[in-house]
Amino acid sequence: MVSVLHPQHPDITNDMWNEIDEVIDGRRSQPGSVIAVLRECQAIVGYLPVELIDHIATGLNLSKSRVFGVVSFYSLFSLKPKGRHTVKCCIGTACYVKGIKETLSRIQNEYKLEEGGTTEDRRFSLMSVRCLGACGLAPVMVIDDDVHGDVKPDKVDAILEQYA
Amino acid sequence: MAKTTLEDLKRIKENTSARVESKNAKSLLICGGTGCHATGSIPVKEMLIEEIANRGLNDQYNIIETGCNGFCAMGPILVVHPDGVFYEKVSKKNIEEIVEKHLVNGEIVEKCLYKDPVSKKRIPLQDDIPFFAHQMPRVLRNKGLINPESIDEYIARDGYQGAHKALTGMPPEEIIEQVKISGMRGRGGAGFPTGVKWDFAGKSEGSVKYVLCNADEGDPGAFMDRSILEADPHAVIEGMIIAAKAINASQGYIYARTEYPLAIRRLQTAIDHAREYGLLGDDIFGSGFSFDIDIYQGAGAFVCGEETALMRSIEGKRGMPRPRPPFPAQKGLWEKPTILNNVETLANIPQIILNGGEWYAAVGTETSKGTKVFAVSGDVNNIGLVEVPMGTSLRTIIFDIGGGIPGKRKFKAVQLGGPSGGCIPEQHLDTPVDYEEIAKVGAIMGSGGVIVMDEDTCMVDMARFFMDFIQEESCGKCTPCREGTRRLLQILDKICDGRGKPEDLDALEELSAVIKDAALCGLGQTAPNPVLSTIRYFKDEYLAHINEKRCPAKRCVALLKFEIDPELCQQCGLCSKRCPAGAISWEKKKPAVIDKEKCTKCMTCFSVCRYDAIF
Ligand SMILES: Cc1cc2nc3c(=O)[nH]c(=O)nc-3n(C[C@H](O)[C@H](O)[C@H](O)COP(=O)(O)O)c2cc1C
Ligand code: FES
Repeated sequence: MVSVLHPQHPDITNDMWNEIDEVIDGRRSQPGSVIAVLRECQAIVGYLPVELIDHIATGLNLSKSRVFGVVSFYSLFSLKPKGRHTVKCCIGTACYVKGIKETLSRIQNEYKLEEGGTTEDRRFSLMSVRCLGACGLAPVMVIDDDVHGDVKPDKVDAILEQYA
Repeated sequence: MAKTTLEDLKRIKENTSARVESKNAKSLLICGGTGCHATGSIPVKEMLIEEIANRGLNDQYNIIETGCNGFCAMGPILVVHPDGVFYEKVSKKNIEEIVEKHLVNGEIVEKCLYKDPVSKKRIPLQDDIPFFAHQMPRVLRNKGLINPESIDEYIARDGYQGAHKALTGMPPEEIIEQVKISGMRGRGGAGFPTGVKWDFAGKSEGSVKYVLCNADEGDPGAFMDRSILEADPHAVIEGMIIAAKAINASQGYIYARTEYPLAIRRLQTAIDHAREYGLLGDDIFGSGFSFDIDIYQGAGAFVCGEETALMRSIEGKRGMPRPRPPFPAQKGLWEKPTILNNVETLANIPQIILNGGEWYAAVGTETSKGTKVFAVSGDVNNIGLVEVPMGTSLRTIIFDIGGGIPGKRKFKAVQLGGPSGGCIPEQHLDTPVDYEEIAKVGAIMGSGGVIVMDEDTCMVDMARFFMDFIQEESCGKCTPCREGTRRLLQILDKICDGRGKPEDLDALEELSAVIKDAALCGLGQTAPNPVLSTIRYFKDEYLAHINEKRCPAKRCVALLKFEIDPELCQQCGLCSKRCPAGAISWEKKKPAVIDKEKCTKCMTCFSVCRYDAIF
């Protein structure tokens, strides 16, 4: 590959940079691969620091503004670091009708969390998503990869306590 | 294995059908859809395997993890074949009993059976449960029956026979003709005739063409496509192969939502198996026709379900729609002729080719043929996937199949078509599901989300909810949608907050008309529908919010006082126990009192009070 110097970044280790380069190398010749590259790199680092976006742009031979434009368009991508656990509350129609609003406000009150924000101890990040396709279990909350169904406000504490 | 032939298909079918088709095969079908995984079907399956082994029943029973069974709210689901006994909400604790009692002694385990919400009777057989009995599974014919990760089991259910017929015996015109005869209309929402779309693309000049599958399923409250992909991924692949032959394309892409990891994994497994069998790749069935498929993952943008935006997204750009013409059939992905079809549309195709267009069209109404899959959810007893013939009434879907509204509450409205659709009230419940009839009552067929709402739902709040969704998902390219929906949302916010004025209703209607006319893509053009349909049927609720500053359903926080009516309060103390802020004081034999200083307005007390005493 074209040798590029890795920028310094506190959240990206050398091993991560190597993995990132592998991703970019593997996809360079595939047209339209930038979204896939961003997704895979975000999976490695946890979010997309600006330095990483620059590096990806150079690696794929795209302008920085083009890549940044893609990052800002899609809600999957985050420019900010996330907590150790990501709490996704579904605010799709079925979950809304079944009262996710109350569940969400309980989490916000008790953990002093804004939507899109992270707790000070970086334990939880809170996100809202639109329908996880598990409407049969509404209201639904996903923590990391675990789907929790029927999350009435009362159950929130017990569920979140399982994640340290 | 190298190239699969018709003989191979027949042989695999014979060898495998012993399990899936035979009346005597003993199988334990445990649901492995997203819903059942979430309620714990994987540990249940592991426990089942262990128990069966302990009892030495290994040779007698096949344990199969199927795709989504469709009755999602009842998970984990276990169906025992050949009898078809349906066990719901099976936990690890129940396994020993089911194995001991049912499998060894032949007695049914009463307590794990489905209980009818109306008659309160337990029903042992899946086929007798009203939820299943009124359905007509065509697209869902394999759901809950086969292991979606086994290509052989798909072949055992006549899989890839349609593709064989199309590739080896039908010229493209004939394929298109059969799809036209079937009357198939796109199941992704717009209902455009599929055969006509293929005809356009088939006639477009070009040596490179694409077939795309829309698995973005962005409508919140819709999970038909997820279930199809999880339960029967090969049906979608086979549909794409046939579509490719019809328009002479050599490459296909499936654009899948990133929120559906299980569906994507199963789809990838299915593609890998199809390649191994030579059913994807070069010279399929020795017909000289070549075609392959790759998966593209979305990245969380609703508008990318729109066809031109989806193509831009595959190209690695911001997913913004562009004006048509040129239509994708002429200039689509990478400027090449392209067809895009929805998952359900494509999953129907193999059966249409195999049985003929007329077979398909024999069911349905004048303008809407075949069956449609609906995802029924919200305030309804039987939540899940429902496939019925077109022409079935909404009442049948909600009350006969869906089992009606839980508790003693009353039905208020049903929402069809997601953010582009509308709410239909009680008086129109006999409307048949048919593209034109549903449009007449102010909603759209849409992709199939059916959300039932009871009397505790505020219709103004629902309109606000959808507008909030649209406003957030508007890509910002055209002004009517970007600015217009923002303004609609502001007005609705105002009304919900108790700052509404009588003239606001006119403003909503006027602005809606402009957005409908002027927006660039379907997102904006249909965005006002939820507002217009709620004004049409629930004007009195808007007026209560505006004139009396009152929310009749008690959902709009700003219009609630957070006080307890001492007359209505039954002094049970439940609200006081549940209040997370400790704001409610209560002593035995006295009505509870809310301390407004401490109250965080979290609404917990409203949801727990059974006597409607809080206002
Ligand atoms: C904003 C917007 C979102 C859409 N989302 C989807 C979707 O998630 N899935 C889908 O199949 N079609 C969706 N569509 C419809 C597609 O543009 C297209 O009509 C459809 O995929 C064509 O396939 P069909 O003819 O088989 O229905 C959407 C349309 C719009 C305007
Ligand atoms: S609306 Fe929440 S999972 Fe579908």
